[in-house]
Amino acid sequence: METGKKNELNPKDNLAKGAPVIIIEHLFKRFGKNVVLKDFNLTVHQEENVVILGKSGAGKSVLIKCIIGLLKPDSGKILVFGDNVPDLSPDELDRVRTKIGFLFQANALYDSMTVRENLEFPLRRHWIDLTQKQVDQMVSEALDNVGLKNTVDMMPAELSGGMLKRVALARTLILKPEIILYDEPTTGLDPVTSREIDNLILKLQKKYHTSSIVISHDMNCVKNIADRVILLLDGMCYANGTYNKLERSVDERIKQFFE
Amino acid sequence: MALTEDTRNFFDETGDMAKFTGRFFSHGLRPQFEIKELLAQCYTIGYKSFPLIGLTGFIMGLVLTMQLRPSLVSYGVQSELPVMVGIAIVREIGPVITALIFAGKIGSSIGAELGSMKVTEQIDAMEVSGTNPYKYLVATRVLATTLMLPVLTILGDAVSLFGAYIGVNLSSVTSLHFFFTQVFQSLSFSDILPAITKTFFFGFAVGIIGCYKGFNSSKGTKGVGISANSAVVLSSVLIFIIDLLAVQFTNLLGLN
Repeated sequence: METGKKNELNPKDNLAKGAPVIIIEHLFKRFGKNVVLKDFNLTVHQEENVVILGKSGAGKSVLIKCIIGLLKPDSGKILVFGDNVPDLSPDELDRVRTKIGFLFQANALYDSMTVRENLEFPLRRHWIDLTQKQVDQMVSEALDNVGLKNTVDMMPAELSGGMLKRVALARTLILKPEIILYDEPTTGLDPVTSREIDNLILKLQKKYHTSSIVISHDMNCVKNIADRVILLLDGMCYANGTYNKLERSVDERIKQFFE
Repeated sequence: MALTEDTRNFFDETGDMAKFTGRFFSHGLRPQFEIKELLAQCYTIGYKSFPLIGLTGFIMGLVLTMQLRPSLVSYGVQSELPVMVGIAIVREIGPVITALIFAGKIGSSIGAELGSMKVTEQIDAMEVSGTNPYKYLVATRVLATTLMLPVLTILGDAVSLFGAYIGVNLSSVTSLHFFFTQVFQSLSFSDILPAITKTFFFGFAVGIIGCYKGFNSSKGTKGVGISANSAVVLSSVLIFIIDLLAVQFTNLLGLN
């Protein structure tokens, strides 16, 4: 386990599963006078699940929004498959985004569209040459993956919280991304549904060999899905290690998350 | 002299709005166009607004006629009632009242819809899905309001004139043909063209303000309510300002 400013994963660390897919170097982001990210560094490897822990307002969501290009950092590099996201043109960013899935905290399903239309939306945008038959097949497969095939013609308002999360996950997976960013995937769900979502995340990760960054406050979720846990404090990577290692830490600031 | 916070906020917002409008022209009017969404918005904004515009137009024509009649009778010129009502409706009252009703219905709906999409991160989700939200959400709505308001104004004027015909017939008997002949003989090209032209600007103002307020909605349901409300208030004020400028402009061109 490493703490403090020298926060990057050691290349020889046996936690690393494969080649790096995301490399973040010296990332700074501020909103007015509020410095949210301060020299943040992180590497995510192929098929690795990295969970980011931190207090509310610590900059966890800001970090993943910078990775997908929804926010522009003030300085620093965010290399996704070798492309520096802040420097990309809109067209290049769209190309990179086909490789990244993003599960929003509030699901962000389009409430004026049916489940089918929600799932078709990214397909139609990114893969314009698909036939209707292929689209139907992909929608069906995505819903089958999350066990909600029968909801295809329902509106988001007709679904429960857990079902909404599953549909949002199906939409995230429909483009078969290589990296998935989860923004608090189990927030607001009961423990049983949270566990189901955790298992679903793990099942789909194994099936599609994705790498993930998961933001969570739910320690059960962290324990279930994390290969590695990053503790984001004061805008920096304060601690970096497996769940078990961090759980045994004697550092007071780390201990408060595991108590 | 230091600016007060309200003054600074006013200039900040005006600048932001100008930038937003600039983005509409730079992003929204470039190919590829979202034709399917534009047609859907034209249907929602235009076709679905007609019953309300028609009803208010009918009542407006009827009431205007009933209110004007006693004054004209006292001067002995009640035969000029169709002419007066026709000019008032086509030149001023029709376009402005239609635009105000339109701002209330469509401005608030766009502000609330985009505001709720903003706070529930649907706009971010759209961007992540490879869709430019300015093209898909803003350009389609602003073009739809700009194109549909003139159509609604023409239809609203027609219904309003029919309401005026009913109003005239409440106290005397006039044929529909005679009423409309009197109305159209009194109207000239310079009455109709500026009146319809300014409705394109009214429509643009309603659309762009609704989208701007929605896109800049702050977090939470309260923010969505404020966006919807301020979209209506600001676009209503802008309608009057545009109307004032339009009158000055038509005067300069000698069309009045």
